[in-house]
Amino acid sequence: MKLRQSISQIFSGLAEVPDQENAPIRYNIVRRNMTVLMLLITLVPLTLMTVINYYEYRSVLRDEIVTPQKVLVNKAKHSIELFLANRLATVNFIASAYTFEELADEANLNRIFRVLKREFEGFVDLGLIDSAGLQVSYAGPYKLQGKDYSEQTWFEHVRVNGTYISDVFKGYRRFPHLALAVQHLPENGKSWIVRATINTAKLDELIASMGLDHESDAFLVNKEGILQTNSKYYGQALEQCPCVPSVSYEPTVVEKTDPKGRAIILTYAYFPSTNFIFMLIKPQAQVMKAWYTLKADLFIVFLISVAVIVVVVLRLTKTMFQRMKESDDKRALALREMEHNHKLSSIGRLAAGVAHEINNPLAVINEKAGLMKDLIEFTPDFPDKERFLGPVGTIIGSVDRCRAITHRLLGFARRMDVEIQVLDVNDVIRETIGFLEKEALYRNIKLNLKFARELPRIESDRGQLQQVFLNILNNALQAMDDGGTVSVATFERDEQSIGVTIQDTGHGMSDETLKHIFEPFFTTKSSGKGTGLGLSITYGLVKKLGGDVDVQSKPGKGTRFTVYLPVKQQESQGS
Amino acid sequence: MADLKVMLVDDEQEFATTLAERLRMRGIETVTAFDGEEALKLMAAQRPNVVVLDIMMPGMSGLQVLGKVTAMYPDLPVILLTGIGSTSEGIAGMKIGAHDYLMKPLQIEELIEKIRSAAAKRI
Repeated sequence: MKLRQSISQIFSGLAEVPDQENAPIRYNIVRRNMTVLMLLITLVPLTLMTVINYYEYRSVLRDEIVTPQKVLVNKAKHSIELFLANRLATVNFIASAYTFEELADEANLNRIFRVLKREFEGFVDLGLIDSAGLQVSYAGPYKLQGKDYSEQTWFEHVRVNGTYISDVFKGYRRFPHLALAVQHLPENGKSWIVRATINTAKLDELIASMGLDHESDAFLVNKEGILQTNSKYYGQALEQCPCVPSVSYEPTVVEKTDPKGRAIILTYAYFPSTNFIFMLIKPQAQVMKAWYTLKADLFIVFLISVAVIVVVVLRLTKTMFQRMKESDDKRALALREMEHNHKLSSIGRLAAGVAHEINNPLAVINEKAGLMKDLIEFTPDFPDKERFLGPVGTIIGSVDRCRAITHRLLGFARRMDVEIQVLDVNDVIRETIGFLEKEALYRNIKLNLKFARELPRIESDRGQLQQVFLNILNNALQAMDDGGTVSVATFERDEQSIGVTIQDTGHGMSDETLKHIFEPFFTTKSSGKGTGLGLSITYGLVKKLGGDVDVQSKPGKGTRFTVYLPVKQQESQGS
Repeated sequence: MADLKVMLVDDEQEFATTLAERLRMRGIETVTAFDGEEALKLMAAQRPNVVVLDIMMPGMSGLQVLGKVTAMYPDLPVILLTGIGSTSEGIAGMKIGAHDYLMKPLQIEELIEKIRSAAAKRI
């Protein structure tokens, strides 16, 4: 349930549309979620597959490597068992085929021993021991007649079990060999034991016939860990080998580190009837070579896949979110523009209404003040004539100012009538600058004009364009201290439009101011100096003429207005 | 100047009477009317040389009055008064026979000049 909740949370998080307020943070969060999610749904299955493959391959390869070793060990074990069983059967045959007396006869035993040596490899000597443990007769290279075995453990063993195969030992004979003993129990009850020893060289031969490669080692060891045959790595026969594995009569494979610190694969099997363990040792590095190669391949493929997925996911989400953000931005911009237009038009209607309403009282004030002035002027000997004329003049002046304001308000509201003609913008600007040259000269402001030579003539309204440029230039002049520079340049933007840039070296504007400069009644000038209508009228006029205005400004660096104007008027405009 | 007689038509009585007084002070005989009907009635009796007519009036609008005046007295020059910025109405008025138009608030000198030129045209 919790998992389901958290998953649905992630998805609802993804579906959320970022607020305008903290959009960048929102976008980053959503983008991060998306990236994590995409990485999870791609990397988790990949990792799972890789891990499963790893274990699958490992078990398959292990079987492939291990099985032949087991077979080999089994075969070797069998041939050794067979060899020992065969020799034991021979000795058993001798014990059964001859009577005690026949075997006790030294000459007879020697003859039997010679035949035995000829027919079966590896026999070193042959002897008869009576039930008391005394050596009765002996055939072989040593002088062992009369030796007493009654105290030895093997003697007890053979008395109980009937047969006995010894561990490898040196004993009297000074080279490694092993003893086989068989007890014969005839009907009359007098038992005897035939004992033969065999050279272990035959065991070495059997092991050598396995055809092992030069890095592998195979040997016999007894359960006490004493080497029964020579080992390549762990010493000669009868030396102690520290590696006795746990009991298993079936061939068994273990991976381990040997006392010398090498990683090895040990395959071994216990002999069921004797004290021996057959061991086959191979270095892991050699056996597992194929597996290591495969493992490395698997790992490299995994890493490359992960890298590719990560790169693709990151790029994908980045592109996706860029697109999303762009479209959101566009939408927001369109909305803002619409809002702005709406605001301008409703303010415009309000302004027009106010202007009309104010106009009539203004006309009355104007006439009353005019009448007062007339009375003062037309009456000879009017007392304090000058003192009255002053205030009346101020009233009339103020009415004029109000008149100017209402005029502009209405102009803003109605944007006046458009009279389209084909004109040269360079000329219009030149005329407009004519109005301002005196002020510029007086204030030591440099006017830098850079007109495009082949500027296409455009369809537009001369008077309104003049007003546009006049407003912007006026603003530029007002924004500057004496001694600055105003640069005016015209250029062909593309086939459909031209542009005019007006750049000043004035105080510039803050971003906050920039946001509002086209709104009516927004002014940074001290009260009474500006109506706050200039730029909103400018904006309205340029829009009316089918153009656009762009402002860039940095506080302290100056402001640049760019006015774009269409070369041809569309039908719907200019009406 | 005794032959110059102006009829001033405006619903804003204070404006009309004050302006009429100022014109009289400058020696121009002036009669006032405060709406279209009154103006048309007075016109027959007073016989002005020039009519100064406000466009924005309740009831009969300035342009309607203008239509009647030009129909009844084709030679009588009419100067229209428009609200400020209402250039289009002034122009519309001129198209149906007004002599000229002026924007309120007025400059008295300008008005007198227009009245004189209108009267001169008539004669």
